[in-house]
Amino acid sequence: MTDASADRVTGPTPDTAIRDAERQDGPMLAADGTPLKSALGKALRRQKLRALMLIAPLLLFIMVTFIAPIADMLFRSVENDIVSQTLPRTVVALDDWEYDSGEVPSEEVFEAFARDLAIAAERKDHTRLGSRLNYETTGISSLFRQSGRGVDEIGEPQMDALEELNEDSIEPFAWAAFMGTEDWAAEVEAWDADQQGLAPVFRPNNEAVAAFPETVQLYSAYAETARIAEDSAWDEDPFPIVFHVFAQELAEADPARLADIPGPAGLDLVAAREAIAALDIPSTRDAFLEIDEDWADPEVWGTIKAFSSPYTAGYYLAAMDLAKTPAGVEPVDEDQRIYRTLFLRTMVLSLTITGSCILLGYPIAWLLANLPLRTANVLMILVLLPFWTSLLVRTSAWKVLLQQQGVINDILVWAGLVGDGSRLVLINNATGTIIAMTHILLPFMILPLYSVMKTIDPSYLRAAKSLGATNWTAFWRVYFPNSVPGIGAGSILVFILAIGYYITPEIVGGTKGVFISNRIAYHISSSLNWGLAAALGTMLLALVLLLYWLYDRMVGIDNVKLGG
Amino acid sequence: MSDVVSNPANALKDDRSPVAFAMPLTAVLGLFFGYLVGQASGNLLVGLILGAAIGAGAAYLAATALANNRTYGRLGIIALCGLLGLLAGGLGGLVGGAFLGAVLSWVAYWLASGDYRRGVPPYATSGQVLWHNAFRFICGLIFFFLIAPIIVIIPLSFNAQDFFTFTPEMLRLSPEGYSLKHYRDFLELAGGSGGHPLYGILGGVIFGGVIIGLRALLSEDGPGKVWPPILIFGLLGLLIGALWGAEGDWISPLKSSLTIAPAATALSVALGTLAAIGLSQSHVPGRQLIMAIMISPMIVPLIISAAGMYFFYSRLGLQGTWIGVVLAHAALGIPFVIITVTATLVGFDRSLTRASANLGANPVRTFFKVQMPLILPGVISGALFAFITSFDEVVVVLFVGSAGQKTLPWQMFIGLREQISPTILAVATILVVVSIALLTTVELLRRRSERLRGMSPG
Amino acid sequence: MKLTKTLMASTALTLAAGGAFAEAHVEMANDMTLVSWGGAYQASQQNAYVEPYLEMNPEVTATWDESSNEAVAKMRAMAEANNITWDLVDVVASDAIRLCDEGLAMEVDHDELLAPGDDGSDPTDDFGDLLVSDCFIPQIVYSTTAAYRNDVEEWGGEVPQDICALFDLETFPGQRTLERRPINNMEWALLCDGVAKEDIYDVLETEEGQDRAFAKLDTIKDQVIWWSAAAEPPQLLADGEAVIGSSYNGRWFSAIEEQDQPISMLWDAQVFDLDGWVIPAGLPEDRLARVKDFVRFATDTQRLADQAAYISYGPARMSSAPLVGDHAELGIAMGPHMPTAPENSQNVFVYNYEWWADYRDDLDAKFQAWLAQ
Repeated sequence: MTDASADRVTGPTPDTAIRDAERQDGPMLAADGTPLKSALGKALRRQKLRALMLIAPLLLFIMVTFIAPIADMLFRSVENDIVSQTLPRTVVALDDWEYDSGEVPSEEVFEAFARDLAIAAERKDHTRLGSRLNYETTGISSLFRQSGRGVDEIGEPQMDALEELNEDSIEPFAWAAFMGTEDWAAEVEAWDADQQGLAPVFRPNNEAVAAFPETVQLYSAYAETARIAEDSAWDEDPFPIVFHVFAQELAEADPARLADIPGPAGLDLVAAREAIAALDIPSTRDAFLEIDEDWADPEVWGTIKAFSSPYTAGYYLAAMDLAKTPAGVEPVDEDQRIYRTLFLRTMVLSLTITGSCILLGYPIAWLLANLPLRTANVLMILVLLPFWTSLLVRTSAWKVLLQQQGVINDILVWAGLVGDGSRLVLINNATGTIIAMTHILLPFMILPLYSVMKTIDPSYLRAAKSLGATNWTAFWRVYFPNSVPGIGAGSILVFILAIGYYITPEIVGGTKGVFISNRIAYHISSSLNWGLAAALGTMLLALVLLLYWLYDRMVGIDNVKLGG
Repeated sequence: MSDVVSNPANALKDDRSPVAFAMPLTAVLGLFFGYLVGQASGNLLVGLILGAAIGAGAAYLAATALANNRTYGRLGIIALCGLLGLLAGGLGGLVGGAFLGAVLSWVAYWLASGDYRRGVPPYATSGQVLWHNAFRFICGLIFFFLIAPIIVIIPLSFNAQDFFTFTPEMLRLSPEGYSLKHYRDFLELAGGSGGHPLYGILGGVIFGGVIIGLRALLSEDGPGKVWPPILIFGLLGLLIGALWGAEGDWISPLKSSLTIAPAATALSVALGTLAAIGLSQSHVPGRQLIMAIMISPMIVPLIISAAGMYFFYSRLGLQGTWIGVVLAHAALGIPFVIITVTATLVGFDRSLTRASANLGANPVRTFFKVQMPLILPGVISGALFAFITSFDEVVVVLFVGSAGQKTLPWQMFIGLREQISPTILAVATILVVVSIALLTTVELLRRRSERLRGMSPG
Repeated sequence: MKLTKTLMASTALTLAAGGAFAEAHVEMANDMTLVSWGGAYQASQQNAYVEPYLEMNPEVTATWDESSNEAVAKMRAMAEANNITWDLVDVVASDAIRLCDEGLAMEVDHDELLAPGDDGSDPTDDFGDLLVSDCFIPQIVYSTTAAYRNDVEEWGGEVPQDICALFDLETFPGQRTLERRPINNMEWALLCDGVAKEDIYDVLETEEGQDRAFAKLDTIKDQVIWWSAAAEPPQLLADGEAVIGSSYNGRWFSAIEEQDQPISMLWDAQVFDLDGWVIPAGLPEDRLARVKDFVRFATDTQRLADQAAYISYGPARMSSAPLVGDHAELGIAMGPHMPTAPENSQNVFVYNYEWWADYRDDLDAKFQAWLAQ
């Protein structure tokens, strides 16, 4: 080791390291004296770090601009908090009710539902909830819309009775003073002066909470609704449902205690109690059955209960033509099943398109790969030209070509190959989709095929022939197997792109040539069933990812070349 | 291209004389053409006889009297067919007849002179020759299939009517069936504002001059050629100047597209090239996953991407902004850049960077002086794909953009939906011309890069 | 105690009224994003009132967004993201009802917001029954109506007389083109299946009635090209690809009168529909003030009458009807081309907005499934 210490004085040189290594009595050292293993490890780490540093900006970029939006979108396929948010009281009340009992829910459920629906109707959430539940059981949408209009009636008679006793007792300011704290009133006044932002949040006063807890709860919901609408509880009439609940609590209250509590606008609560008791008010349940007798249908309540959890698999079931009914998962009616058909059709048509792309692309790629480079590149322009012409224009052009009075049929009729009465139906069906999409995706097949074929040495073919193979054998046994990676790359590229297409099938596909993507687009922009669109999208994406994985296993994603 | 001497087929000519070989075949083709024309004009018999006669005659002339006078022979046959067409069907007939004559005469010479054996080894059997030519014919048909829609849109863009229909006037080739009005619609400006083309040229030329000056100062190679930069920047300046401040139903979307596409391309190329270089190093942890994430914009169906971006960008306040659209398009273009640049890097000789480092260059200098020039073709073709992706993208911009960022494809989409007007075909025709120019540029660049790499020109 | 509260309440009330008064003097924003359909219709709006308004207010700029087709989806997403980028949106009445129901469009007081008619009538009277929703400010009455090619040889001189020609493949063979949605098609199917006009919605409400309508549509399903953009039917008829079909009367007008195509109108059982503005809910005050100012101008009697010079849709105000003049370019009188003209409206089918608002979700789902099968 003395030599080594001498070395350290003069500094390490490569031959000292070798000498050290030859000595075999210590770890192999790098030029700077650190053990070679750790030096190499350090270098490797540095290299990894540098690679990651180069990759990081893009990774971050893609994550924010692309992956996060997609994840956000896909989350909608399970999200279902609309029921529990819009009907919180009903959901709790329904806990005790069983669909299997086959009975109409109890008065408490209807009471809770009346409160939820009245608030939802004021906030205009009920139609959206109706649309949501209509995805599961048709008819609920119209039921909710009609009931939203009818629920205003509940509480009206009570309101009229109070008004008769004291005209001011149903005015907004009287109720605001009756329910809220003085601080809150002062804040509202300050807010009112400049109208900046939203009004202050309602705070109930203790007396009201003690005497009429339920009324206060409903009133808070009303005050919040008014606040969100950039108004305040001081200017907007309270909902009739507040009076409905107030009347109930008045009826239950101890008359002796009522006498001490000042009512809204000085209303005599004892007298009010008597006036309301004199009214003949139907049960809430009857009131709802009056609005629409469908409320007696356990199916409706079962649907609400079945979809009351904040997350649901319902959209995925719907995407597979199943439905989560109160009685369990069942297939939907025969005449409403379309998604399995559409998925199957998307697969079959995409496969057909991929097949025709191979059929048409292979000869072209072979020709390009075997021509002199200059000629090949000029012909390559023909391949790339349609690739770079607007998709919309190409698709419209196919419409002009393929329709019954279009160019192709006209030429066929002109040449007498087809009778005028029996023109070919080439568009607005699956044929149209196949032709137009084969055309649009063909370059995606030719380019990878071409780049693979370029690497096949022509001498292989010559060798095969000189060994006695016929042209066909030489091609089939020697050339073709070599070009298989190109076919694989092209096919998966074409197939993946095809199953996600939507504009072209929309324009040329009619009803028999549309894909699942068209359905997704329909749900996003027309029916507004975003959850189902997300579920369909997730399933499609899963399929594509599976294919991508296969593709990567088979050929590796780096092996695709796009021109150049 | 002289035929007789250089043609290997002549050397091995079999005992059949060219006349006996070419005449029946050309006559059959003539018969077919005659059938088509006869069928269409109602004189089947006349068509058949005339067709066969012209075919046979053309082949005979091509093989004998006019064998060495190809130009005159072909012109004669074209003129004859055109004349017959003119007699039968007016102006449209003239063009159609001349076209058929051109095909027929080409086939006649091709068969008679033995050109059909060109490209096949001299020892090939006639079956092989037949297959060879049939194969080329099939390829020709496929190429035709590829460009058929483009062939259709160009004449339709001159339609005098507002429909995507070949009107009887157009088929008769009468001038009133055609008009330039859809091109005028495209170029129409709102409020008469026309931009500042002259300032544009001036600015472009000055900019070009500055670039030359800088290069002369900074580079040891001297200023290089003076004219190309001046010309290129001048034209670019003209374009920018003409569009600057110009407003119109189609001009404004064109401006949007020309703003968004380059910005998105620049972003995706800058980030994509860096990442591709990172990915091409050995020992990248999680390489497969990273690659999958970066390629994902290509494999997620567009409608899902569009909807997802719409909701997400709305929440960030990016929906309906230029930045939002550029970011979205950049994300869509990245897979193309990654794929093309990685492909170039596969063939990149790593010892070159080590050599550069050995000679004392720092990593930045190595990148720009050694790596960049070699992977440039990949970067450029990736950039072009990214550009076209943005330039032709309608689904995402429809969701992420708002009226202010309306791009050309968006305007076309509205055009198709609200009033089917051939203006979009006029736009498409213009874009086809631009595409051809771009593709030619790429091909020239490629040849240049191969010269730089020292490869023999193909 | 009680008294102070009441007092405070009334002060608050007065203050609120003062606040409302102050609102009228809010600064108006100078940028407006108007959403419409594009094409000829948007051009008519541009010519009839957007340009005149911009001339009167040179500081204002207006941007068009041709998104009316996706307006409901986009407005819902905007509300969800709390990022309202539109100022005024042109939608059909059924979409307006939907937007209003969901609280995405602002409820307006028509009498306060809109200008009185030239004849001095209140806006509520002037628009009359056309105010189908509290959020909806009608502009035009259009109709979805049929038209046919008048040179079809196979028909042997027969001319379609009523809407049932659509379903009569014997007398009128050839492809048809219908809109890819249940509205109108279901009604026409029942009408031609022998249901009386006034009973149609009662029948359609039942399961059997819906099946009956689908069964009738089944008889022509193979021969129908379904359109989703109203520009398609005129193109299809001009090409001869379809021989009879439905579209908006303005599209037919332009194909027949402006493009000179061999097409004739079939006004029988035309379905009146409305198109108009809605204001998105939740606009900031300055933008809202500008929009209100613009809408008041754009929907006055003269402006609505002017619009009819560019497109053959009827103005929504009764007081505009006498002012409708000639076509701006063709110079032909527009009166006879209005869907509301007496000779065209002998047999009009009245679209039931409330019914469709209730049943649209159900029937849409069924119709789309029926189409896909």
